[in-house]
Amino acid sequence: MRGVTDHVATGLSVLATILVIAPLVIIFAYIVYMGASSLNWAFFTQPPKPVGELGGGMANAIVGSAVLLAVASALGVPVGIGGGIYLAEFGRGTRLANAIRFTADVLNGVPSIVMGIAVYSLIVVPQHHFSAFSGGVALGIMMVPTVTRTTEEMLLMVPNSVREAALGLGVPNWRSVLSITLRTASPGVITGCMLAFARVAGETAPLIFTALGNQFWSVSLNHEIAALPLQIYVYAMSPYDEWHRLAWAGALVLIALIVIAVSLVRFVASRGILKGAS
Amino acid sequence: MSETSSRKPDTAPEFTFGPSAQATAGTLGTPPAAAHVDTKVSEVRQFLLARGNSSLADRSFGGLMLVCALSIFAIVALIAVELIIRSQMSWHKFGISFFYKFNIDPDTHLPVFWDPVNGIFYALPFVYGTLVTSLVALVIAVPLALGVAIFLTEMCPAFLRGPLAFMTELLAAIPSVVYGLWAVFVLVPLLRVNINPFFIAIFNNSTVVKIFGWTGLVGPTGLFGGDNYGLGILAAGVILAVMILPIISSLTREVMNAVPHSQREAVLALGATRWEMIRMGVLRNARIGIVGSIILGLGRALGETMAVAMVIGSRPDISRSLLSLGNTMASVIANEFSEASDDLYLSALIEIGLALFIVTIIVNALARVLVWAVTRGTPARVS
Repeated sequence: MRGVTDHVATGLSVLATILVIAPLVIIFAYIVYMGASSLNWAFFTQPPKPVGELGGGMANAIVGSAVLLAVASALGVPVGIGGGIYLAEFGRGTRLANAIRFTADVLNGVPSIVMGIAVYSLIVVPQHHFSAFSGGVALGIMMVPTVTRTTEEMLLMVPNSVREAALGLGVPNWRSVLSITLRTASPGVITGCMLAFARVAGETAPLIFTALGNQFWSVSLNHEIAALPLQIYVYAMSPYDEWHRLAWAGALVLIALIVIAVSLVRFVASRGILKGAS
Repeated sequence: MSETSSRKPDTAPEFTFGPSAQATAGTLGTPPAAAHVDTKVSEVRQFLLARGNSSLADRSFGGLMLVCALSIFAIVALIAVELIIRSQMSWHKFGISFFYKFNIDPDTHLPVFWDPVNGIFYALPFVYGTLVTSLVALVIAVPLALGVAIFLTEMCPAFLRGPLAFMTELLAAIPSVVYGLWAVFVLVPLLRVNINPFFIAIFNNSTVVKIFGWTGLVGPTGLFGGDNYGLGILAAGVILAVMILPIISSLTREVMNAVPHSQREAVLALGATRWEMIRMGVLRNARIGIVGSIILGLGRALGETMAVAMVIGSRPDISRSLLSLGNTMASVIANEFSEASDDLYLSALIEIGLALFIVTIIVNALARVLVWAVTRGTPARVS
């Protein structure tokens, strides 16, 4: 009887795994298939054509996403790395650091749309117009907690002997943190930043009422700007087959970006590049 | 508090510098004559003086890093303050009844919750939609996620573990809007044509209605009554389940890995089968963390916006049927924010956002505490 229960339980968990993995593989394969069959060179080089005309691409959305992500990274990466340095090097074990770590984890779970509203009322309302800048700020704020936590984790992997060696040679602490500890952990920190980058690259909700989207070329920080996920959303909800095709292609481009980032993170974590430093 | 923590970094260089500087000054500088030291400073002393004192640089660097870290508090405070200020108008007009009251239409005698044209804003249907879609998602996702986690930690052959874990990680990183795209073009037609008719047939079967009619869950007003659009609460729940599955299973895996091996060995040594070992040795020790990871998945489901907004159908109504169109707190903001013309409308939407913010903060904090309790390295409790 106990043996039967054991076999039943094993069977159920194998079944659950198959039930989960199979549809997920199908989803993934379907997106890749639909995306690959609709992706072409024009997608990367042309702006959208008016409704009814075939062809066109999302060049403006790709550039727009690049602008938004540049603003977001300029804001989120330095602040996030600084926060991570504080948690790992200065505040280790203090109650303040624990509180910050906890808040960062909780902030990670706050819905992105809430960030969007906050930035809307902080920047868009006083300025009376939507702008690429506000979209970038919304994404940047979302990067901060992720970058902080990954930077901290990577810095904690640096062995203490490296720090002691630097300090023992008479290097000032700030210099030791920046050019020894952070440098040693830099592959990990960079991939952590890429992960945060990939995550906000796919964010749509905070952009709906900050960057707003744009059918035309624009790289100005002061105007509405197109973004890849936003464009996918608009095109997916539209009734036109041609736009659906573009939406699938856009989804594939986004996923490719994310696969690269996640694989890099895993590669760094598994290869133990950091361990070589000790 | 911040005083002590910002000062702490300086102790390290002072500890290495200070004594050594004094020692060199003492051995090299003082022997000739104490009175003449001022006129001729030793070379080492000169060098040390010339390169300056790094304590100022150290302190300002530490301070800068502290400011970066404190910005996380600032972000939370900023969100809270902005949302509270912008939702004042709706709060003054409706008060707490915003979340539970509704008007009755004098003509049709049906409840009216959300009528922007006539300035009626009650958020009850969105709270309901959020709860029901999250519940559907949890009901589907939790058993599957637990099964996957058990398989991956306890049963999986080693060569499969890496790729499977990598895949769940990857799926957790796919953007919401891509899941939404897939749901609109694949899941919704699939539900409409194949899955919903199956459940409708079961739930409206005359024998089933006769036996279970008293529950109110079957028949034309039950869970699968009404029109079958494909879109709606069920579609939203299913896509949410797909999205939170990787999160719950990877966190559960982490928690189960944190259970010490001695627990497993002890149970096995007593003659337990593998399942009994998992049940008594692993699940029982990890249960707090597992609950935590489920709550974390719930937090994600509550706030998930784009995929839900794309398939839920956007209708401010409460209906028992899972096939009916609805709206969640997050999706109503995404769907209606850009068309909110007057201030009260906007303010009501922002108040929904504020409620969402508070709820997700509480849910996430609770989940983190529970997961930490297990993975922090505290020895698993035996009960």
